[in-house]
Amino acid sequence: MAILVDDSTRVLVQGITGYEGQFHTGLMLEYGTKVVAGVTPGKGGQQVHGVPVCDSVREAIAERLPNVSIIFVPARFAADAIMEALDAGIRGIVCITEGIPTQDMLRVCSWLKTSGSWMIGPNCPGVISPGRCKVGILPGGIFREGSVGVVSRSGTLTYEIVNELSMAGLGQSTCVGIGGDPILGSSFVDVLGRFEQDPQTAAVVLIGEIGGSDEEEAAQVLAKLSKPTVAFVAGKTAPPGKRMGHAGAIISGSSGTAEAKIKAFEAIGVPVAETPAQVPSLVKQVLAA
Amino acid sequence: MKIHEYQAKELFARYKIPVPSGRVACTAEQARAIACELGRPVAVKAQVHVGGRGKAGGIRLATTAEEAQTAAQAILGMNLKGLTVQRVLVEEACDIAQEYYVGITVDRSARQDVAMVSSVGGVDIEEVSAQTPQKIAKLHLDPLYGLLDFQARLLVGQAGLPGSVGQQAVAILKQLYKLRRDCDASLAEINPLVLTPEGRLVAADAKINVDDNALFRQEELAALREEQEEDPIEAEAHRRGITYVRLLGGDVGVIGNGAGLVMTTLDVVQREGGRPANFLDIGGGAKAELVANALEIVLMDPGVKGVLFNIFGGITRCDEVAHGIRQATSGMSIRVPIVIRLTGTREQEGRKLLEGSALISAESMDSAAREIVKLVRQGHVAPAAVTAERGATASGHSG
Repeated sequence: MAILVDDSTRVLVQGITGYEGQFHTGLMLEYGTKVVAGVTPGKGGQQVHGVPVCDSVREAIAERLPNVSIIFVPARFAADAIMEALDAGIRGIVCITEGIPTQDMLRVCSWLKTSGSWMIGPNCPGVISPGRCKVGILPGGIFREGSVGVVSRSGTLTYEIVNELSMAGLGQSTCVGIGGDPILGSSFVDVLGRFEQDPQTAAVVLIGEIGGSDEEEAAQVLAKLSKPTVAFVAGKTAPPGKRMGHAGAIISGSSGTAEAKIKAFEAIGVPVAETPAQVPSLVKQVLAA
Repeated sequence: MKIHEYQAKELFARYKIPVPSGRVACTAEQARAIACELGRPVAVKAQVHVGGRGKAGGIRLATTAEEAQTAAQAILGMNLKGLTVQRVLVEEACDIAQEYYVGITVDRSARQDVAMVSSVGGVDIEEVSAQTPQKIAKLHLDPLYGLLDFQARLLVGQAGLPGSVGQQAVAILKQLYKLRRDCDASLAEINPLVLTPEGRLVAADAKINVDDNALFRQEELAALREEQEEDPIEAEAHRRGITYVRLLGGDVGVIGNGAGLVMTTLDVVQREGGRPANFLDIGGGAKAELVANALEIVLMDPGVKGVLFNIFGGITRCDEVAHGIRQATSGMSIRVPIVIRLTGTREQEGRKLLEGSALISAESMDSAAREIVKLVRQGHVAPAAVTAERGATASGHSG
């Protein structure tokens, strides 16, 4: 089963002729992902790793039937690319691009709400259902197929924890990097709802960080879900008012602290790992309980 | 990015939001001249990016031009929470009958803008929101429609601003929203919005934060970025395009790839009893030049007594990263211990590449943090073997 992406996923790459687009198209194909088309306006007719390039998303859909689009388009054009994909009827969007203006994302989210499509990102590593499909820039080699769902605001920290899980024999159903921006297409709550419905997922690992209140809102939902969850929160030492790399990772005034998020999880009985290395044993505990 | 009150008020004036007359001064004499020109009591206000200026003595009232000069003399050069005051805003002092609040910001969880109006102004709005949320009228805005006239009237009415004051507030709120859109402001706030005894509304303070991601299309605002307002090492890192945040009072420098992983590394260092000195994310690359740049930045902080590299090799493999680190460090003279933890793709090969150097390789994040904290505590200095290796490289370069 898995969530968001699986064997039926046919991927469109928007921004396929750029450096990142080309590079990761190659790696996705290597992983076994069905990359069926690319789009770069004005470059229709070319090929990248044998994948045909179209001038528009509509054209790509008509000719190659993609259902999920991954976006590598530069920040200033990315919102337009997302809306082009939504307009053309793409079912899912994974936006890798970092640095999209907040105001552009607010417009995208407004459109997204009425579209019936889903979006992961922006500023995210993407989505992988191990052994089936990778739509993103995640290093495929560290993932193992299994029953742990992973959802995270981070990139490398996710790989770190997934690596620990895989080495401990805990494979993953789907891993979703929702992104490090303040305005995201999908929140923890959105993804948790999908894991709840997924028969392959037996437990969930949620990897949060400072800034915003997405973790607190997730905690409220987790209290009502049946799948056991283990959480980790990065940024206990982060000073207030400083942006810690991610645009969304900032403590404003007294809100968005790691402490508050950890408290929210502990209050509903979700164990919170102190270090990434503790995650696998906590997962084994909640699975055994 | 934050801009100063006087800069925000210049924007307000352009958008026909009423502000007190006044100008910015860099010297006490200029302040006197401005006060003289205004010909009435003035407020002299420090222009620095810190909250609570008033309480810290950064705002003074003056009834005469001489007093304004004295006030400016006292404030200019003052240290406010680590920042030196280089400019003061001299503006006519408002007579206050009532103080209100008007603001527009982004509600992350609603993924929409939120406009707020309150009859309680001049105080910390976060506190009002926590203590008496019913005193703030809030409305989420759809970006496709913006702030509609009736919504502005509704908000002002809910906040309880009466009659003609309400009408002025509606006009101000609409203009503030227009400004927020045009300028890609992530926060546009008037606190307090002062009602004068004559019944006029005036923006006594002005706060505008600009979305960093939008600076590419806000050239005029981007030019207002001030480096002297930042920590000097942070400013240098910014010039070199490196994501660095300094943590005061730390002694363990931290370099890693990926924001979440670096934040976690700082947490683990603290958990092991150490004091992290910085956040530095080198991103996906592993080129020697990038690593050297990052190390140089971290070592600019004189408090740093040791450095911890925490790298997850994903697409960029561990051996490539190890190669980059060795190349970078062999060309530098480094007197502090460096512990490196590599994990992920080709980690064994990566660790092998570190053998025979002074770089200390660690297997796990926890053990790496423990090791660097121990070495820093012991006041460890880089061993002689390394110095020799570096000496050879250095002389090679000088030849």
